Amino acid sequence: MRGMSLIVRVMTGLLAGILMLYGGYIILHGHLTPGGGFAGGVLVAAALILVSLAHGSVEQVERREYILSSVFESSGGLLFLGLALAGYIAADCFFRNAGLFFIGQPLQLVSGGLIPLANIAIGLKVGAGLFAIFLALGASRFVMKE
Amino acid sequence: MIELYLLLAVMLAAALVASETSNLLAAAVALGLVGFSVAIMFILVQAPDLAIVQIVVETLTVVFFTAVILRTTDIDTTVTQGLKMETAMFIAAFLAFGGLFLALIIGVLQELPRFGEPVMRIAQQYVQLGLERTGAANIVSAIILDFRGYDTLGEATVLFTAVVGVLTVVRLASRKKPGEF
Amino acid sequence: MIPYVACVLLFLIGLYVVISKRNLIKIVIGFSLIEYAVNLFFALVGFKKGALAPIITTLEQVRMGVNRNFVDPVPQALVLTAIVIGLSTTALMLSLAMRLYEKYKTFDISEIRRLKG
Repeated sequence: MRGMSLIVRVMTGLLAGILMLYGGYIILHGHLTPGGGFAGGVLVAAALILVSLAHGSVEQVERREYILSSVFESSGGLLFLGLALAGYIAADCFFRNAGLFFIGQPLQLVSGGLIPLANIAIGLKVGAGLFAIFLALGASRFVMKE
Repeated sequence: MIELYLLLAVMLAAALVASETSNLLAAAVALGLVGFSVAIMFILVQAPDLAIVQIVVETLTVVFFTAVILRTTDIDTTVTQGLKMETAMFIAAFLAFGGLFLALIIGVLQELPRFGEPVMRIAQQYVQLGLERTGAANIVSAIILDFRGYDTLGEATVLFTAVVGVLTVVRLASRKKPGEF
Repeated sequence: MIPYVACVLLFLIGLYVVISKRNLIKIVIGFSLIEYAVNLFFALVGFKKGALAPIITTLEQVRMGVNRNFVDPVPQALVLTAIVIGLSTTALMLSLAMRLYEKYKTFDISEIRRLKG
């Protein structure tokens, strides 16, 4: 039998979605409340690792997850670099924020210009990168052997 | 501030356990205790951003250590019963070095501003102008992504390099044995 | 003053583990201890008695401008990225230790040195 016992798998199914939602909330509200791309990205990675540990995995699926997480990590890095370069192209200043992006009213969700977008990029990068490290270390394979 | 001092004592005790135990799983758990007490201290010194990151990162650190230890072995064969002559002499030498280091660094720490009264020259600018210049209410976010964006770009590069390094090191195994990752 | 000295003591314990232990996993744990000591030292340096966390939450604080009473946000911003980088470098060291174990079947570095070649 693959993965852990039925009780653990059912509870993980209930918890992982909530954990993922919390990670997304922390990333999107990074400019208003404590948190941001780094914290939310690690939370998203923790949710993925929880599912992977509880259910175990087979090699083909693991290889596909591994390629997908590499793609997501690289695209997060490219998005961050692209946001920085947008300021350079439009206003002659690397990491330009004021006057280029929409600043908005303080304490609103859509405000802060570059900062929420960069938070999303960093969240993608950190979450996918840590999940790729976890897959490479291969702990879910050990659980499968039990 | 009594709780801060209690947590510092717990942290030092857990660090000693992590260094001296002969079971590697126990050492990983003690490392987790150090990390969680650091996380609670981050809350006590008014740094909620750091506390959130530290709690989740500490959990993942223990998961990574456990993954590696379960795949290999959990017994530290280098810890022996009884004190050997060589070890005792090394500990004595390290205690002498540590005492000298501590005496010198206490002299240096006297020059720092006292605990609880930082000098905020640049930070005062960030606190005053952070919201007006960037529109972000979380000033730590405003610093890492706007005022010091280059720093974050460098850190993202280091993270990418570390991930590529792990994948390279572990992937070398799969070329020899097709069954293993 | 006492919290700073405790940070230095944690740093010294980590240094002792790194240079005296012969087990690879213990050495990785020592590096983690040094990292926590430095992170905690930065966060303690920025602490200000009676101040709030550097996050603006109410419209009243928006209007206050110069008079906001916050702790120093700069060390927090420096440490925030360093924590995540510390996790990834720890994972890199762990994967190197795991590869060495697969080749030599031991974590003891004096054994590994003897089996060279």
